[in-house]
This record gives sequence, structure tokens and C-alpha cells, in this order.
Amino acid sequence: MSSDSDLRQKFETWQAGLQAATGKRPERKPRFATDSGLDVDPVYTPLTDRDYLDNLGLPGEYPFTRGVQANMYRGRLWTMRQYAGFGSAAETNRRFKYLLGQGQTGLSVAFDLPTQIGYDSDHPLAAGEVGKVGVAIDSLADMETLFDGIPLDQVSTSMTINSPAAVLLAMYIAVAEKQGVAPARLNGTIQNDILKEYVARGTYIFPPAPSMRLITDIFSYCSRELPNWNTISISGYHIREAGSTAAQEIAFTLANGIAYVEAAVGCGLPVDKFAPRLSFFFNAHLNFFEEVAKFRAARRLWARIMRERFGADDPRSTALRFHTQTAGCTLTAQQPDTNIMRVAFQALSAVLGGTQSLHTNSRDEAMALPSEESVLIALRTQQVIAHETGVADTVDPLGGSYFVESLTDRLAAKAGEYIEKIDALGGSAAAIEYMQKEIHQAAYRYQKDIESGEKTVVGLNKFTMPPTPVTGLLRVDPAVQERENAKLASLRLARDNGAVEAALAALKEAAGSGDNLMPRFVGCARVYATLGEICGVLRQVFGEYRQQVMF
Amino acid sequence: MPDKIRVLIAKPGLDGHDRGAKVIAQALRDAGMEVVYTGLRQTPAQIVNAALQEDVRVIGLSSLSGAHLTLFKAVLGLLREKGAQDIRVVGGGVIPDSDAAELKAAGVAEIFTPGATTTQVVDFIRGLAG
Repeated sequence: MSSDSDLRQKFETWQAGLQAATGKRPERKPRFATDSGLDVDPVYTPLTDRDYLDNLGLPGEYPFTRGVQANMYRGRLWTMRQYAGFGSAAETNRRFKYLLGQGQTGLSVAFDLPTQIGYDSDHPLAAGEVGKVGVAIDSLADMETLFDGIPLDQVSTSMTINSPAAVLLAMYIAVAEKQGVAPARLNGTIQNDILKEYVARGTYIFPPAPSMRLITDIFSYCSRELPNWNTISISGYHIREAGSTAAQEIAFTLANGIAYVEAAVGCGLPVDKFAPRLSFFFNAHLNFFEEVAKFRAARRLWARIMRERFGADDPRSTALRFHTQTAGCTLTAQQPDTNIMRVAFQALSAVLGGTQSLHTNSRDEAMALPSEESVLIALRTQQVIAHETGVADTVDPLGGSYFVESLTDRLAAKAGEYIEKIDALGGSAAAIEYMQKEIHQAAYRYQKDIESGEKTVVGLNKFTMPPTPVTGLLRVDPAVQERENAKLASLRLARDNGAVEAALAALKEAAGSGDNLMPRFVGCARVYATLGEICGVLRQVFGEYRQQVMF
Repeated sequence: MPDKIRVLIAKPGLDGHDRGAKVIAQALRDAGMEVVYTGLRQTPAQIVNAALQEDVRVIGLSSLSGAHLTLFKAVLGLLREKGAQDIRVVGGGVIPDSDAAELKAAGVAEIFTPGATTTQVVDFIRGLAG
């Protein structure tokens, strides 16, 4: 076996030869770089410094660079979880059953914007938005329809809900009660990540302080009542969709994570009591190896943050578990079938990066919500990766790749610098505008690179074809709003309005005190108080967040 | 030298996707226009009032939430009500071809969908305002 110095000598000789070769075969670009701007060398060798045990370790062990389980997908494949929801609860229930029938292994609920912002379907600001980007949920009655015929002790359900996450979780608990399923047996996730709503996604309601209180109330309640529930999904996905680089995606997400841990510890919760239930959500973008490295770097960084900064002892507190969705912003409306290939490569990067669950986008999503036919191709893409390619048969197959390890180290370093910068600004909540500015600058650069041809988008700025009309797009029935309004009107007549008023009054009192609000939300849900009524009470007590417009 | 073209970039409704709106706002500004960006969650009435107050020639509406038919038409309706049809409206977002045709028939000057370049948008607005 040759020593490092032998290799170094050989490598230097080779590099001299490379220059001559490059003279004859000039490189395609003056500079090769990842989307985060990391330089990509012609080749990587074991000369790239690394300390195996400190930086990588073994799968299932600190710092979890190679994965959070010892045997990863040899034991259980990732959860195939397609984000779905549109129109009414009944329509979405049919789509859920279709997906489960096709071999999907978990549910993921998309709510419409009025639901995400705590308005009932008949609120004036809901005009035009009801049932559009997700399912319209106004009360427990809609949640009962949404999960009709789906035993909640046998599926795990992820809900993309943030500002009113506690209310939707309360409704889910109430549906489970009706099915005879105890809260302790529920599995699933609420997104519940308000900081990235301020930064990048926009469905905030309340100011930061009461929003953080809602989140820590959930952490505390679930640690007692719903031990298997992921209480938050700290999300880089939307930060990346808004235009960030991979390094920013890791950094801003983990910085938000630090803020939640600080808030919970500040309320007196012991770190190992809630941290094992924290989960994450990342984007799978196009720059393949950088994406694989990103997932690995995020795990290593989070493990170190939890152990070194917060003194976590429980290994589960230091293991970063995450969901992945392929990058919606990379889909093109031009030659949309090409999107099938983009999604497949992105999905593969998530699997090689060790994701716990995965959503694959559909080819038609640059134009509309996915049709049933398109979503089937997307699900089949995951099934091919899982069952045909063999990539799930060993743990972290790219571990030890000189290139991937170098990228992992450099991304971790770059993200670490951003986290230090955010710390210096006073933490995430104080750095919202800073993060927005960084994201916008990266987004503008990305767009300019496409327009200059620096970045190739197949079918858009290269290999273009005349457009052909696309058919078969999903259209949400425009009458859904009227039907939802009618349902609400009859609900308000049929329910026990005295009980609703009492539950809302109890909520209002608790909101003004320091009591945990979760039991109050469950109380309101049980008597069919609407989401808009519940959030209306909180709006009165907490006030509303006003966005700082930087432009 | 002619006056700078004034443009309002607005996010109607509840949609939170503002990457495109901000990229367009910056591109128009880099092209020498004066741009006012409203931020998120504006009602059609707030948008029309801002357009009148800021004395803009063009309103750019961005929606990726599927509410474009309702909200863009409401903006056009309010402009007519206020006798301000000289303010032209362009739109962008995730908007199917058939909806784009319907909006153009209703008076939207152009709809830009994913893949449109900032140069196309800049040139079109120059043409509209020129």
C-alpha cells in the first residue's frame, strides 16, 4: 500500500500532465462550480483531508453523517409520502385512498391558503383561494370526511400547517378519538415551523412571540400525550424554493432549529424531553452530488449543535431525521415530460442522502396541481428507485467518495459560517430580513444565469421546441367555495352553539394567561368550533404579524 | 430625458410565493424603471389604491395559488370603477393557457408563465408604457 506522500507526488506529476491534456481538450467551461458556488476540481483523491471517526462515524451513530439508522433502508425503506389535497375534504379523501391503493406508505395533507392562514371558507379574504392549493378545512366535520375510512392507528400523516398547526393537530386528535384511537398511538408530523413562514413561505398569522409560545405548548403537550408525533418539521424546502443556495438552505434551517430549541429550553423543557421529536424537511434540487452532500452535512452539523451547544445526551436528540421533496422550482412548463427525469434524479439524490420520507413532484406542476396520471408516474419513480435499482441495499453508498466527502466538508463549513452570522445578528427571529435578502440575491443570480445561458435548462434555453398544448390538467371545481360556504352555514345551525361559545371563551382566557393551549384547542375542536373562530380569538389576543417589505 | 416608467408589483390574495415578484421587481428596476413592491397579502382594493396613489403606468400581478381568475379580474373591475383604465395590468404565475386567454379577453395586457425571461417582461412593459 502506497503512503500519502507517494500519492501526493504522483498526483502532482499527474496535474502537470493534466494541463497539457487540457490544452488539447479545452474544458467546456472556464469554471466548474456547484449551485452554492463551491469549486469543482477535475478529480478528487484520498488527499482530501478528513478524520473518519470524527466527521463520519458509523451509520446510526454520532454525528450521523452516514445516516440515522444502523441499517438504513435494509431494514425499512423510506416512507413514500405524496403531498396531496385540493377542493373539498371528500375529493381529497378519494385522492388519499387512490394513493394508498397504489402503494403509497404515508399521507401528506396539503391545506388551502385560507386554512393555512386561519380563515373560514366564507371569509372575504378567502375569495378565489378556497380549495385551490390544498383541501379546505373549516371544522372537525371536514376532518372527519378527510380521514373517512382511513384508520389513524395504521397510517402516519404529515400535515403542512404552520401558524394554526396546534388547531389542526387538535382536530386530528378529535377525529382519532371518534375512531377509538388514543392520542398515544398517533403517528405523524405537523410542519409547525413559523420562522420559515416569515422568511420564505408567507402563511404567518401572529407575531413571533405568541407564535413561539404556540410551538412550545405543542412540544410540551406532545411529550406527554403524543409521544410518537413529530412536533415540528423544520423546513429548508421553502427557503430553497424561494431561491437560496444549498449552503443557505442548511444554514437557515438549522438556525431556525436552534431558535426553537432555545425557546423550548427557555420554557423549562429539558432538551432530551422534546428534541427526539424534532424533524426536518429539505429540498432535493438539481446539482446531484451537492444535494447528496447537503443531507449528510446537515446531519453532521445538527448532531454537533445539539451535543455541543445544548448538551443533549439522548442520541435521538442529535439524530437529524428528515422528509424530502423534489424541487418544484426546477420544473418547466416547456416540454413538461422532461420533468419526469429531473424528478427522478432529484429523488435519487434524496435516497442517497438518507431521507426518511420522500415526495416526488409531478411533471405538470409548473402549470397546475398534479393530475392523477401524473402523480402515479411520480410515485412509480420512487418505487423504481426503491425496488429495482439496488441503491437501498447498502448504507450511504456514496460515503467515501472523495468528491462527496469533500463537498460535505465544504458545505458544512459554509453553512457554519452563515449560522455564526445569524447568531451575531441575535438569532433567527432577528435575522429574518437578512435571510430574505440573501435568498433574493441568490434567486436573482440564478435567474440571470439562466437568461445568460451560463446555466442550461433543457427545453427552456437549450434544445427548445415549439410549444404544444398540454391537456388533462387538473382543474379545481370553481363551485367548491359555494359548497363550502353552504356546509359552514348548516354547521353553524346544527351544532351546540352554547358549547362553542363556552369553549371559545375558555380558549380566550387561557390565551391571555400562560396556560398550555393545546387542551383548549381540543375542547374547541370537539364541539365543532370552526378554524376561523378559533384563530379569530387568537388574533384578538395575540394581534397579527405585519411583514417588513424590503423593496 | 423622458420620465421613468412607474410600475407597481403586487401580490394579491393569500399566496406567499414572492420569488418571482421580487425577481421581476429588481429586473425592472435594473432596467431603469421606478418600482413599488406591495409585499404579500394585498386585496384588489389595496392594490388599486396603491396604484393610484403611486401614479403608476403599469400594475404587475403575481399569483401562484390558482386564485388568478378571481383576483386579477377584481383588480380590472376596480380600475374601471375608478376610471383608471389607462393603468395597464400584466400578470404572472402558475396560470394554465386557457385561463391566460380568459384573462387577456378580460383586459389583462399579457400573462407571463414559468420560463418567461426578465428581458421579455422588461421589453413588454416598455412597449406598454411607451
